[in-house]
Amino acid sequence: MDTYSLLRQIADSWVLLAMFTFFVGVGIWAFLPSQNAARKDASMIPFRNHDQTDTRPVDQKGQSNG
Amino acid sequence: MDYIKLVLLGIVTLVAAMAASWAHDLAYQIHAMLIMVIAFGMFIWVLRRTDEPKPVPQDGVYSDGVIRAGVIATAFWGIAGFLVGTFIAFQLAFPELNFDWGQPFTNFGRLRPLHTSAVIFAFGGNALIATSFYVVQRTSGVKLWGGNAAWFVFWGYQLFIVLAATGYLLGATQSKEYAEPEWYVDIWLTIVWLAYLAVFLGTIYMRRERHIYVANWFFLSFIVTVAMLHLINNLSVPVSFWGSKSVQVFSGVQDAMTQWWYGHNAVGFFLTAGFLGMMYYFVPKQADRPVYSYKLSIIHFWALIFLYIWAGPHHLHYTALPDWASTLGMVFSIILWMPSWGGMINGLMTLQGAWDKLRTDPIMRMFVLSLGFYGMSTFEGPMMSIRAVNSLSHYTDWTIGHVHSGALGWNGMITFACIYFLTPKLWGRKQMYSMSAINWHFWLATLGIVLYAASMWVTGIMEGLMWREVDDQGFLVNSFADTVSAKFPMYVVRGLGGVLFLSGALVMVWNMWMTIRGAKPATATLPYATPAE
Repeated sequence: MDTYSLLRQIADSWVLLAMFTFFVGVGIWAFLPSQNAARKDASMIPFRNHDQTDTRPVDQKGQSNG
Repeated sequence: MDYIKLVLLGIVTLVAAMAASWAHDLAYQIHAMLIMVIAFGMFIWVLRRTDEPKPVPQDGVYSDGVIRAGVIATAFWGIAGFLVGTFIAFQLAFPELNFDWGQPFTNFGRLRPLHTSAVIFAFGGNALIATSFYVVQRTSGVKLWGGNAAWFVFWGYQLFIVLAATGYLLGATQSKEYAEPEWYVDIWLTIVWLAYLAVFLGTIYMRRERHIYVANWFFLSFIVTVAMLHLINNLSVPVSFWGSKSVQVFSGVQDAMTQWWYGHNAVGFFLTAGFLGMMYYFVPKQADRPVYSYKLSIIHFWALIFLYIWAGPHHLHYTALPDWASTLGMVFSIILWMPSWGGMINGLMTLQGAWDKLRTDPIMRMFVLSLGFYGMSTFEGPMMSIRAVNSLSHYTDWTIGHVHSGALGWNGMITFACIYFLTPKLWGRKQMYSMSAINWHFWLATLGIVLYAASMWVTGIMEGLMWREVDDQGFLVNSFADTVSAKFPMYVVRGLGGVLFLSGALVMVWNMWMTIRGAKPATATLPYATPAE
């Protein structure tokens, strides 16, 4: 069997099945009730570790102390 | 370390000097000289610092210097790209603008890739690098991994842009759309891109958060996929080491399929996944509430990356590509509509309970408009990928209109909004110098996009209908030149849309200038370096 047909056969069977199973698995995982807390925690990440930005008021007239 | 650097830079300078002398073509020669000058300059710079005490890197703060540079570079390349775009729009309306004295360097054929690469890779790419570095640090609670590697990514990427842009003008191109740069520029980009991947992955690996925030998934898929696409689409053999010309490894329909597998995923992963990474961080930040549904964002991510990769063949309807392949591309493009709209809804619904911000916050308005355009162009795209619709739209300006409603509306607007978010933060200001200027920018850009998209719809559909019109004997009614003259008014309107969009961006640059002027770069302390909240 030439390489194309062989690869094509693998792609059309096991690889397709594996990708589809993975995809469905991710879909189920995304809705697992046990992961609720983790999802909530992750969605709040942008509001932690943030804005420690030192916003010392800088003189608007252009005091450059670079 | 310095000695190794000196040896390497010395070798690069020498090889570049040889290349400049033996070059087979002008583009290669000028690039060799450019690299020689840069390498020699760096050689001197390193030499003067050898065996000197090293400055101690500031500890306990985010690496924001490279992001500041990235924000400025984004604005700079944006203006350059929009300007060239507006100019070539008028070149199409008024061919006299292909000045005789500028031939062949400034004709439409050479300026057009300059425009597309400048806006996608220079403007969009710098925005992606800057925002991804910002987001990955903030959502991991650590500074960038790899020290100065981030600066290598930044400057290496600028060099790539300069080599690509000058190459187009001087006639070096492998004539693959959105992948025009020749082999040595491709190799350089590969090196820079791997460094980018290393910095990003390294930072995620060092993170102090248990979870990897969803924005980082999008950024990571963008970096990894673009690396893969770039490598495979640019498989070529240079004719000579001393010349820019190369020959593709694939040929015929395989080459066409590889090119559009690359081309459509450049849209899917560069202009969509990467920019969705921005969306998932900056929209919640600006709205001051978490993303509407984290579940939906997981589904959005996996569905998007699983589907996009198959959509490429819809660029090759009615060609030598087998029908099954183009049908596959079409079907996946249509399914893709679902995750795209899921993502748009997720972004828009983040504003639930904060819709009043739309009235008061011009930055929020930009985010919402960009999501609106994302939704619009991800509906239009699947529709145009249907074979019957494509038979009308393909090769017409409808395609150009579609691309620009996505690029100007979605990518442009979200980038502007991110710039307005980042600039005050990075330079320690409370907000942008002028909030009403942001409003002006918003309306100028919106009006520009409306003029652009509307005129391209009209002219594209008109053109498609004129091309297929046959008389009762079965003869074509219109010649190609008939469509060209019929399109003239719409081309002028499109050019005016470009002028409006460009003026909006100029207002932004003025606003950035006034915000940054006299400000001191802000230092943002790492979370673990400060007492717990």
